[in-house]
Amino acid sequence: MNPEYAGGSLSGAFAALVRRDLLLAFRRRTELLFPVIFLLVVISLFPLGIGPSPQLLARIAPGVIWIAALLATVISLDALFRSDFEDGTLEQFVISGHPLTLIALAKIATHWLVAGLPIVLLSPLLALWMNLPTESLSVMVVTLALGTPILSLIGSIGVGLTISLKRGGQLLSLLVFPLYVPILIIATAAVMAASDGLPYTQFLGLLIAGLITSVTLAPFAAAAALKISLS
Amino acid sequence: MLSALKITLERYFQPVFQPVSFDLEAGGLLLVTGANGCGKTTLIRVLTGVLHPSSGRLSNRARGMAYVGHYLAIKDDLSVIENLRFARDFIGTSERRVGEVIHEVGLDRVAEQLARTLSAGQRKRCALARLLLSKNELWLLDEPYSNLDQEGVALVDTMLTRHLEGGGACVLATHGAHRPAWRGTHDYELLSGAAA
Repeated sequence: MNPEYAGGSLSGAFAALVRRDLLLAFRRRTELLFPVIFLLVVISLFPLGIGPSPQLLARIAPGVIWIAALLATVISLDALFRSDFEDGTLEQFVISGHPLTLIALAKIATHWLVAGLPIVLLSPLLALWMNLPTESLSVMVVTLALGTPILSLIGSIGVGLTISLKRGGQLLSLLVFPLYVPILIIATAAVMAASDGLPYTQFLGLLIAGLITSVTLAPFAAAAALKISLS
Repeated sequence: MLSALKITLERYFQPVFQPVSFDLEAGGLLLVTGANGCGKTTLIRVLTGVLHPSSGRLSNRARGMAYVGHYLAIKDDLSVIENLRFARDFIGTSERRVGEVIHEVGLDRVAEQLARTLSAGQRKRCALARLLLSKNELWLLDEPYSNLDQEGVALVDTMLTRHLEGGGACVLATHGAHRPAWRGTHDYELLSGAAA
């Protein structure tokens, strides 16, 4: 191939895409903050609704924090490919000749940095609010650090499938929540085991396995879903 | 460079356009004309490879392909420079500097502005600037003249002439208000599938 016409490097395209998406997220700060504020509001509503009994709150803390994290992720998911789909950027990506799988992976990675990482960073504060015992606090943070990327990865498949629908957001939540159930069960079981002083590493192992599986498979599925949505 | 043999596309079991056959060589310009709704945009999208033809054969031997369609792929929250810089970094190879290209399409004055503040014509120019950033043998242009003023139309013609003289090829869909002056122009009137 004539070098004059040769396509650019994949890593260059990956980096350019991550950089652009982070810049765009920074420019649309309100969109960025909304899921985080939503998370804080949902969690602060629980003590008001259930009553401020410290033992009760500590018992339900893992489930409450994880469910709020699921909801916050689903809220931010629709934005993952929406604007690129609507303004024709996605078509340009396909035509560029770069593999769509890698493009999807770059977009998912940025989505996690913007939507998942803030949840992980805020989780110690949330755990304190919910009176979670300090010995299980670190386990809570670890499950979120391992689990939120899985949420972004699995969610990207649902987004790819529903992106061409006008109000795909509602369908998206129906589609991805069932897939999130195993993560929710494993993650909350790990935190509860830690609060009870029981071994919890097996749950973390399952989460790591889930993360590796979804990192290797979800971008392919998301790319295939996007191709279907484009045609 | 690009040839099509009786390609068709069906939507809901109805053909969108009548079978299309052509053979485009280097230096050739295929001017696709036709009434509104006859499937020009759909045909161009088939040629990009985003849509797959329902029947027929499409072979693309071009080194590099660039497409400007109705959706311009411009981010409202980025400036003109940022938009083009991303396009350059994403494609990877660039033979021209972003500043030069912006000057060529006449967007110097608004280069630092967010794309949301641009007029429709300026947005079109910004999208056309992407064509100049890297060398692609095949250009697929869907209504490149829409929204442009006289000067802009002349700009597209100049860009096109230079591209074709350099051994490139182009498929251009237009509803026919203006036609580029190029000796190697082949007209192709697209007929709607419903007209059969």
